[in-house]
Amino acid sequence: MAHPAPAPVAEAHAPQAFIWRYVFSKDHKVIGIQYYLTAMVMALIAGLLAMLIRLQIAWPEKSWPALTRLLPTGFTDGVMNPEFYAMLFTMHGTIMVFFVLSTAPVSGFGNLLIPLQAGARDMAFPFLNGLSYWTFLVGCVVILTSFFVGAGAAAAGWTSYPPLSALKGTVPGSQTGQTFWIVGMVFFIASFTMGGLNFATTILNLRTKGLSMMRMPLTMWSMLLVAVLGLLSFPALTAASLMLIFDRHFGTSFFLPAGLAVSGAALVGPDGSPLHQGGTPLLWQHLFWFLGHPEVYILMLPALGFTSDIIATFCRKPIFGYRTMVGALLAIATLSFVVWGHHMFVSGMSPYLAMAFAVFTMLIAVPSAVKVFNWLATLWRSRIRYTTAMLWALGVVSLFISGGLSGIFLGQSAVDIHLTDTYFVVAHFHLIMAGAALFGVFGATAYWFPKMFGRMMNETLGKLHFWLTFVAYYSTFFPMHYIGVSGHMRRLYDPYQYEFLKGFQPINQFITISAFVLGTSQLVFFVNFFWSAFRGKKASENPWDANGLEWTTPSPPPHGNWPGPIPEVHRWPYDYSVPEAPADHVLQTDPAPIGERAH
Amino acid sequence: MTKLQGLLFGLATVALVVLATFYFTKTWLPPLLSDRGDIDRAFGLTLAVTGVVFILTNLLLAYCGWRYQDHEGARAAYWHESSRLEWTWTTITAVVMFYFAFKALGLWAQVTSPAPADAFVVEVTAQQFAWNVRYPGPDGIFGRTDVRLVDPTALNFIGLDKSDPGAADDVTMQNQLYLPEGRPVRVRLRSLDVIHSFFLPNFRVKQDAVPGMTTETWFVPRKAGDSEIACAEHCGANHFRMRGFLHVVAPGDLETRIKEAGQ
Repeated sequence: MAHPAPAPVAEAHAPQAFIWRYVFSKDHKVIGIQYYLTAMVMALIAGLLAMLIRLQIAWPEKSWPALTRLLPTGFTDGVMNPEFYAMLFTMHGTIMVFFVLSTAPVSGFGNLLIPLQAGARDMAFPFLNGLSYWTFLVGCVVILTSFFVGAGAAAAGWTSYPPLSALKGTVPGSQTGQTFWIVGMVFFIASFTMGGLNFATTILNLRTKGLSMMRMPLTMWSMLLVAVLGLLSFPALTAASLMLIFDRHFGTSFFLPAGLAVSGAALVGPDGSPLHQGGTPLLWQHLFWFLGHPEVYILMLPALGFTSDIIATFCRKPIFGYRTMVGALLAIATLSFVVWGHHMFVSGMSPYLAMAFAVFTMLIAVPSAVKVFNWLATLWRSRIRYTTAMLWALGVVSLFISGGLSGIFLGQSAVDIHLTDTYFVVAHFHLIMAGAALFGVFGATAYWFPKMFGRMMNETLGKLHFWLTFVAYYSTFFPMHYIGVSGHMRRLYDPYQYEFLKGFQPINQFITISAFVLGTSQLVFFVNFFWSAFRGKKASENPWDANGLEWTTPSPPPHGNWPGPIPEVHRWPYDYSVPEAPADHVLQTDPAPIGERAH
Repeated sequence: MTKLQGLLFGLATVALVVLATFYFTKTWLPPLLSDRGDIDRAFGLTLAVTGVVFILTNLLLAYCGWRYQDHEGARAAYWHESSRLEWTWTTITAVVMFYFAFKALGLWAQVTSPAPADAFVVEVTAQQFAWNVRYPGPDGIFGRTDVRLVDPTALNFIGLDKSDPGAADDVTMQNQLYLPEGRPVRVRLRSLDVIHSFFLPNFRVKQDAVPGMTTETWFVPRKAGDSEIACAEHCGANHFRMRGFLHVVAPGDLETRIKEAGQ
């Protein structure tokens, strides 16, 4: 059950030089913050890309002379180029999915929280941890540089389906930009693999005395599963990326069949033999989604963990059905490996294969629903403290319901025929995957800010930010369901070329204005974040009266995490409102034989 | 402040439920022109069931958020387990999801079943950014194609080998597709360059056209009239321009219309 406490750390003092302490740090808390801040910069860029996308969809015929001066390669005489539009949605998706919403919750909060919640002095491999951040940063630089090389950034969609991503003549972004995309992704995957090894090893081996697996906070459970998902699924994309590099540059044919003609010219050699033969574009889709589907759970599981922990704390009530919550996380993580084909129902894949994917997809709704019911049962007869963190957690529950239910439409393969590649899908994943992950990160930020900077975030600004974001988020993404059902396709530079889409311009304009409000509202967060980090109220050790180990050390925790010996654990972190207890919460380190200990 | 937040959360959630439900009662599906009404019915049933779940869970969420706010002297219930409750809602969800999965399999088998032998056959070859339609002609045979024969200046977009006897009566045209009303239609899909997706919004038909493969879909056009063919898979910078026109005509007029439009 319990593991022996790790050996005392030899290096008890943090390095004193600024560069070793804050730049090339091996301290998990500094590395977590580095990841977080980098993700924030990437989010800002990817968010601005989204604003340009929305501008174009709402008013494709309008001219914006100011933008031509700002982005001379993207606009001609004030009008956006279609090539640039394809780069925008490709890079928005890529950056948001990998460099923001995988990075901030997993690499950011995972690093910050795992040793603190496990009762460890640091991660199992501190050097590897530092290396993973710098590898990630190289990936970020490569991805951002791609906008400035050759004909611009990758433009084949974040899914990079070949032949579009493989044949340079099919879209300008598939020249140098796509190569940079692949190289940037390989750096990202290398970094994520180092992180995953660290996460899994630390959680499995460095837990303090008394902290059995079934006493871990759900955040820690989600981090363990995310690490495993990453380690098992990302290699498929690494392999696929290298194969794509070979198809692009060295004349192989993993993804390319014979019989290709681009712009009216056959792809054949001087002797008339095909340049490529024997490959299939579907292979890429299988490899990509073998990663891609677990990946969406890599984004979401941490948010589900944060939400569970935040809800318990501010409901002053144990999380309902802890065991089933763990079981549901395990079930979701396992099923996430056998549903990838639901992205491919109309791809030309065998319809028999589609049947299996459809059934597994419908099954994944069961553990997901269980999570929602357990959260609702936790709220039942609770005593809610409405902090900013709690509002975000409730927001996650709301988005998880809205976005989860639309998955039941898409999982039914025949219904998916009409809905796939439309805005219904865009609505679905922005609510459940992007939205839940984003709201989870905001909640975690408000909740664990004291452990990041030793200060409290401003609650008034925090609540203002929540309400603006909550309303604008739903106004932006919910109406997309309706136009999606109407058949409105994704990734259209000018939807109104189609007669059947002409009537949707007003809805698109409403969505765009909502998106602008959503984007602008994030300024409140940035102001609050940086103001509070330097000028916020000093935080006590345990400002929320919570139970986890991270709340038994000063805010921020010192190098080595606890000034004295590492605490021992005697119970789960959810003993709130225990009838026999004098206070309404019992710390995990409290040996009193009440609450969970009494069982 | 605390009271206000709970009230706001409750009201915002109720507002979401009211607005979302109101707009979903409107008709969003484009008018149906094919025999795939079962897809619309499956959509409707799913909408009804998920709608009820959406309303109930959100109302419960709003109620809890408003009702159980912290106040002086209150203490939360130390209640965190109930096997009966958990088994109940897990079982109910599982039963509903199995029902949907079962229904979905039946419908999928129906939609992806082989086309009837007497179906009207047409081939659509996608390219950046056009749909090349080909009819086999009276012999019912699609002539040989070879990508080396592709010659846009001669309007030979798909590389039809005119020396092949089967190709002699083939009729080709771009972005215009004529289909008979009331007869099963089998569409063979191919692509010359990248992946495209043949999308008929009014027919609940969508099937990718993949280079190196021939994919197929079949359906029965139910109403004579014109509608649009859309590309649903991002296929390059001008993806948004890859628009075609579908004309469903009386079976008796089909041959004449094809002959008029053919190249």
